[in-house]
Amino acid sequence: MSLAPRTDFPLLTANPELHYLDSAATAQKPQAVLDAVDAFYKEANANPRRGAYAISYEATQRYQHARETIAKFLGSADPECLVFVRGTTEAMNLVAATAGRVNVGAGDNIVTTALEHHASFVTFQRAAIEANAQFRIAELQADLTLDLNHFASLLDARTKIVAVTHVSNALGLITPVADVVKLVRQKAPRAVIVLDGAQSAPHLPVDFDSLGVDFYAFSGHKLGGPMGIGGLIGRKSLLEALPPYQTGGDMIETVGDQETTWNAVPFKFEAGTPNAAGAVGLAAACDYLTALGPSRVRAHEVALISSLVTSLASIDGVTVHGPAGVSDAVMALRSGAVSFELAEAHPHDLATILDQHGVAIRAGHHCCQPLMRRLGVAATARASVFVYSDERDVKALGGALEHARVVFAGA
Amino acid sequence: MSDLEALYQSIILDHNRRPKNFGELPAPVQHAAGKNPLCGDEVAVYVKLDGDRLSEVSFTGKGCAISRASASLMTGAVKGKTRAEADALFDLFHDVVTGKVKAEDHKAELGSLIALGGVAKFPVRVKCASMAWHTLKKALESPTS
Repeated sequence: MSLAPRTDFPLLTANPELHYLDSAATAQKPQAVLDAVDAFYKEANANPRRGAYAISYEATQRYQHARETIAKFLGSADPECLVFVRGTTEAMNLVAATAGRVNVGAGDNIVTTALEHHASFVTFQRAAIEANAQFRIAELQADLTLDLNHFASLLDARTKIVAVTHVSNALGLITPVADVVKLVRQKAPRAVIVLDGAQSAPHLPVDFDSLGVDFYAFSGHKLGGPMGIGGLIGRKSLLEALPPYQTGGDMIETVGDQETTWNAVPFKFEAGTPNAAGAVGLAAACDYLTALGPSRVRAHEVALISSLVTSLASIDGVTVHGPAGVSDAVMALRSGAVSFELAEAHPHDLATILDQHGVAIRAGHHCCQPLMRRLGVAATARASVFVYSDERDVKALGGALEHARVVFAGA
Repeated sequence: MSDLEALYQSIILDHNRRPKNFGELPAPVQHAAGKNPLCGDEVAVYVKLDGDRLSEVSFTGKGCAISRASASLMTGAVKGKTRAEADALFDLFHDVVTGKVKAEDHKAELGSLIALGGVAKFPVRVKCASMAWHTLKKALESPTS
């Protein structure tokens, strides 16, 4: 059984035969999210934080309430620590353009891992190049989990940024954040830690205030919210000390002829008219997941992924990337996505055949070319689940893979 | 024949498994590389000209069955043709895989390329089928090295 009724999701209702196993790319949207966006435009459409009239006040209230709801959902007690951006990619660019510009200089280094999404990897690689700093990449162990010893060996007093994913988007493996934070604080006291939460916000109970990181970046659309809205949660004192990101309306305090002073956090980082309807929709998605219960979301995902891994491993010629088996210890490392390969079949061909069975998976490099190089492949197939996924989806994938195996069986 | 069976005909699967003209050609040769950033597939095409005629054509690379089979079939189809004939064949092939013209109406010109006619039903795979052709075009415009 799925945790959430499929009937809550209009796209799934309209496509009863669809087995949507690409939620790691983007999640389907519950009706409540669509309603909240619709209601904002129909009932409260005005530019928030600007007008003195009633509708503008209503828009401001809904926007502010959205910030409170989303911050609370991700465990930030202070809603002002949440900066709205378009998504994880922009959040990473914000960190690079502010903390990167201020802190990273020639001879410094930025430390990351071989698991990162291009949104983080490329952004900090470029920041390092521009600052004449080193870009250091922590390698993986044989089971594709982060090699913490190697990671530790890269940290030093000149490490200024540590960019690590919370959950690998390509492999679905969870990073041991507590260990990472401990190592960084011991060995790299001047570093800020930015955690890529694109794949953890939808799946794991996240408590920013106890994670111990400096920044947490996430995308709303991956947890059922609209596209084009996401956030960067940061430690308040750090956000206050950083320079602005983009300049423009609403991020200023006073504009003089020759100099300008900045608005308070988080508004300092939010130039221009905000995506208020998006924020309201994302808050509705957080409410939806809160009602389901974050720990139940996680338990549902563990049960389903365990079944998915078992099903995949039982098919001749299928290799599942990552630690073998579905023991409790392994499942503690696995989140909502599984990468796999079928011998003799290119992932792209696999996706086409699966699509004919109504099974939607992702085939490609998952914006992780550095990881693909280390795996020695150009692409993998990835199946990912969310609250509306169920055993029927897992079964459909297994059946479709058997068919693909027959098509590509050596002749 | 279902759309899927039409796409993955045995000739396609055979060319994927045992591609023809696979490997580099020795210098002097014109060559170019193509890449599909979406899926990471890569192809390199090598071509030797005898006057205006493509006397030898080969390819290397890794990719899906459609891209490999298409590259393999292409090397056979353009060998011995003039540049203008190869260009015209690409135009026709492109019209076929994008569904602008019916493969059945051009059986003679297409020859064994007709096996890729099924791609027309799968718009997301057009890039896979045409990557080698685009790369051949690029190779023909490249200097000999």
